[in-house]
This record gives sequence, structure tokens and C-alpha cells, in this order.
Amino acid sequence: MTAGYEAVIGLEIHVELSTESKMFCGCRVEFGGEPNTRTCPVCAAHPGALPVINEKAIDYLARIALSLDCDIPPGSIFHRKNYFYPDLPKGYQITQYDQPFAIEGHLDVSVDEKDIRVGIERVHMEEDTAKNIHAGASGRIAGALYSLIDFNRSGTPLVEIVTKPEIHSPQSARAFLNKLKNLLKYLEVSDCNMEEGSLRCDANVSVRPAGSSKLGVKTELKNMNSFKHLEKGLAREIERQTELLAAGERVVQQTVHFDFTTGEVTPMRSKEFAHDYRYFPEPDLAPMLANRKFVDRIAASMPELPDARAGRYRRDFGLTPYNAEVMTSDRKLSDFFEECVSHFNDPKLVSNWLMGELLGYLNATGGELADCLVKPASLAELLGMIESGKISNAVGKEVFAEMCRSGKEAAAIVEAKGLTQISDTAELEAMIDAVLAENPEQVAQYRAGREKLLGFFVGMVMKKTKGRANPQVVNTLMKEKLS
Amino acid sequence: MVSHDDVKYVARLARLKLADAELERYAEQLSGILDHINKIAELDLEEVKPTSHVISITNVFRKDAVRPSAPPAAALDNGPEIESGAFRVPPILDTEEQ
Repeated sequence: MTAGYEAVIGLEIHVELSTESKMFCGCRVEFGGEPNTRTCPVCAAHPGALPVINEKAIDYLARIALSLDCDIPPGSIFHRKNYFYPDLPKGYQITQYDQPFAIEGHLDVSVDEKDIRVGIERVHMEEDTAKNIHAGASGRIAGALYSLIDFNRSGTPLVEIVTKPEIHSPQSARAFLNKLKNLLKYLEVSDCNMEEGSLRCDANVSVRPAGSSKLGVKTELKNMNSFKHLEKGLAREIERQTELLAAGERVVQQTVHFDFTTGEVTPMRSKEFAHDYRYFPEPDLAPMLANRKFVDRIAASMPELPDARAGRYRRDFGLTPYNAEVMTSDRKLSDFFEECVSHFNDPKLVSNWLMGELLGYLNATGGELADCLVKPASLAELLGMIESGKISNAVGKEVFAEMCRSGKEAAAIVEAKGLTQISDTAELEAMIDAVLAENPEQVAQYRAGREKLLGFFVGMVMKKTKGRANPQVVNTLMKEKLS
Repeated sequence: MVSHDDVKYVARLARLKLADAELERYAEQLSGILDHINKIAELDLEEVKPTSHVISITNVFRKDAVRPSAPPAAALDNGPEIESGAFRVPPILDTEEQ
């Protein structure tokens, strides 16, 4: 960021809800499949078809609103947003306009160990459009020869979350989106699969002289559909706008596209010459009244939210803020962690194992925690074996990897592979003697004062025992032998 | 009075092509509607709640249950051009503008 300028970013996030059926009809919600196999008169917009609101979608919407600490006004209505686009069969989208479901919330995000609060302008319900497949060399809308339309996605429940323009860097935008994604997954309202488009992000961005309270002219960056794209696209657009302003030129209000391959931002124009949507109340849908009872019922069905849970982990378990955040980034991980701690009461150690070994294994194999073969009680048993000295820490890690692969219990693996820790002095002394005999040169150097060679000798013993030797015992014996 | 340009603008938004005589006729009709609204606006409406829906039912929901979809042909048969089970449409963006 050039000194003297400040970026102002607002995000619009669209999230597809993981309901069984569509927003206004009974067609199944699913990704992919043969084109146009999940349509009906309602979502294909045949004349006379009438929409009916999916109750579950409104429950999910309410969960999202409450998790973002929003106000839920007593009444909200749907509007028709009128525009022509091939993926919109009715010629309008059913959405919400001046009476959205929820307003005035916030989400706290930690960026570089500093907490920032991002205001939420509104959270509303709408329907997704059909999917376009663009035919042409690039596979993108620009330069397409023609497009194919698949209405399977048409009418999928879609929640729009709009932030206030309170984000000031690409890093913060990324951190916000990451936190929001984790929260939505935690609420189990969406799979938030960005590759499949169930979580999508647009960004409004402007630049102004630092210290100014007036907003500059903004552009809209469309489809920032990965964290990397969002961060890089914003950085490039902020740079472009800053250069214009610094040169005394003006930013033109427009929609822009970030090309990830070239790193350039280019304007997008559509045939629609004006964004004049002529909103009016959807006459086919009755207003929704969110009374106290409804809101209370949803609130009662909500799980303990990640921030509250992380706070409890810091307070009651003494976890570092970072560990607490990672442990609550995923609801299943959080549940796993707590169950493990209930069997092995060392929360810090458990969280370190989950972060280092379990998440490491899942990352490396691309697996999901839900499919993990290791159960919390089994990990607790393994940690108990390390604590009691039955196996060494190094062997423990190996055993854990084997548990992940085979689903066997720690004790069975240790037994079968003969991995118990060797603490027997006589056995270890024999091995130490052998190591010293094999490395006379290093022994001479050690005795001449190169004491850090101790690590080398201990390492040789560990290697000989494949990590099974008790390192403390080896250390003590080795020092004695060498003195 | 609604101008011919106003009529052309809303006709364009609705993808309607209007002849000159129609522009005149719709300009008159739309002006009539606006005049009527302005007439209503002369009244003291302070105490009147805005009406979004004329019947007083609320919260009409359905359970989240899957029902069979229509066979693809039911949708596709209405399309002028079909390819690979999908509707084929002309380029969406004006390529000359790129």
C-alpha cells in the first residue's frame, strides 16, 4: 500500500445452503449430475408455477444471522429483482431488498494477532441461478462462442451476507472470509466448497487519501472464489486504483475481473446497459414474521459458537490463542479435542498432537476428520503410553501414523511391532559400547572438548533402536561412559 | 408527462421493441398511472402502513422434502437449441465491447 492512501473493502458473500430440496420447490439440491435433470415447473419458471418457501432454509438463515450477532427484525419480505440473463429463467430473481431477514451484525477476526471487528450490513435469503458453461477456448464468459445452461442449480437456497466497508487490507479480507467459512461450516448450514461454488465472494473496493472519511469511487471485483484469488485480486486492484489517484486520474465505477493467470484486472461489460432492477414485492410469497418464539427456538438449537468455545479453551485449558483458534476452526475437531481431553487430561498436549500429527496426516492425505480411523479415546490411550514411558515420543508419532492408516489400537501396534521403549540399563549400555567402538574418531574429539558430539552418539543409539531407546536414560549412561 | 425516451428505456429493460405509434400510446398510459399515484400522494397517508401484500397471511412454508423432478425433456422441449442436455444460448457478453 502506497503511503498516504487507505483501501476500503466491503465483501458480499453468497453461500448455498445444504438443504435437501431447493428454496421454492422440491427438486433435490446436489452438485453436478446430468444437466437439467433436477428441474420442475417452479425452478424452470413455467408459467403459473408457484414458489413455496423451504422452512429449513429459513432455519439455516436464522442460525447464520444469530451467529453473526445480527438483529432479526420482526418482519421481512421477498422482492423480485428484474433483469435478463440466460441463467435466470423467470426474468427475475426472488431475493430480499429493503426488508432483509437480518441486519446490523458483526464478526471478530484475528489478523496478525490483532483483533478487528467487521460489521455485517445485512443477511438475506435468495435463490441461486442456473449454471452457465461457456464454450470457447478460454472456457470463460469473455470471448465465449456460446454458452450452455444447466438449470440443476437454479433455485438452490442462497444466503447473501454483506459486510460494511470496514476492511482495509487484502490480508484482513482473506482472514475474514476464512473465519466466516469456518463459522458457516461449523453451523452445518453449507459445505462451503469454494471449488464447487457453494461459497462465493465478490468485493467492493475503493481507495482514499489516508485520514479521509469520504469513500472513494469503488469498483466491484467479481468471483474471488479462492482465498488466494481474493487476496491477490484485491492487492492488484488497490494498487491500480492507488496509481490512478496518485497520478491525479479518476477511478471509474465499474465491475472488474481479476485474471489470475496474468495478474491483471480488466473491466467487464455486459449487454445489460443499466443496473435498473425495478424491485417490487414478490406477490407469490407471503411475508415472513420472525417472532420471539421462532428466534428463541433457533437460538436454543445452536451449538456453542467457535469464539465462545475458544475463549473457554484459553480460560479453562490454558491453551494459547492460536491453539484455541485452531481447535475451534472445525466443529468436529473441537468435539474430538474435548472428548480426547476427557480421557487424557492434558489439553495443551492433546491440542499439540491434534495440530501436529492429526491435522498433518489429514493434510498430507487430503482426508476428512469425519473419516479418520483414530477415535479420541484411542489417541488418549496412546498419549497415556507415552506419558508412562512405555513408548518414546518419537515411536508414539510413528504409532499414531499407523493408527491413522490401519485404525488399529496403539497397544496392538506396539505389541505387534515390538516398539516398547527400552529403558533397561544393561541392554542400553551394550548398545552404547557398540556405538562408541564404531566411532573412535568422534570419541577422541569429544574427549578433546567437542561436547556437542553427545547428541551425535545419542542419535546413533536411537537409530540402532529405531527410536525405541529411552532418550533420558541413554543421555545419562552416555555421559558416564564418555567421562 | 412520461417522455418517449422514458418509454424506450423501460421497453429496453423489458426487451420489448415498440413502434413509434406505440411509444406515444404507452407514454400516455404510463403518464396516466403516474398521475393517479401522484393524486394518491396528495392525501395525508401518515397513518397508513405501506402494503406489500393484499392478503393478510404470513409464514407459509413447506417442509424440506425432495419431490421427484420433471423429466429433462419437460424443460428442454421448450428451448430452441439444445446441446449435451443443456440449453444453448448466444454469447452472453458483447464481444465487440471487450
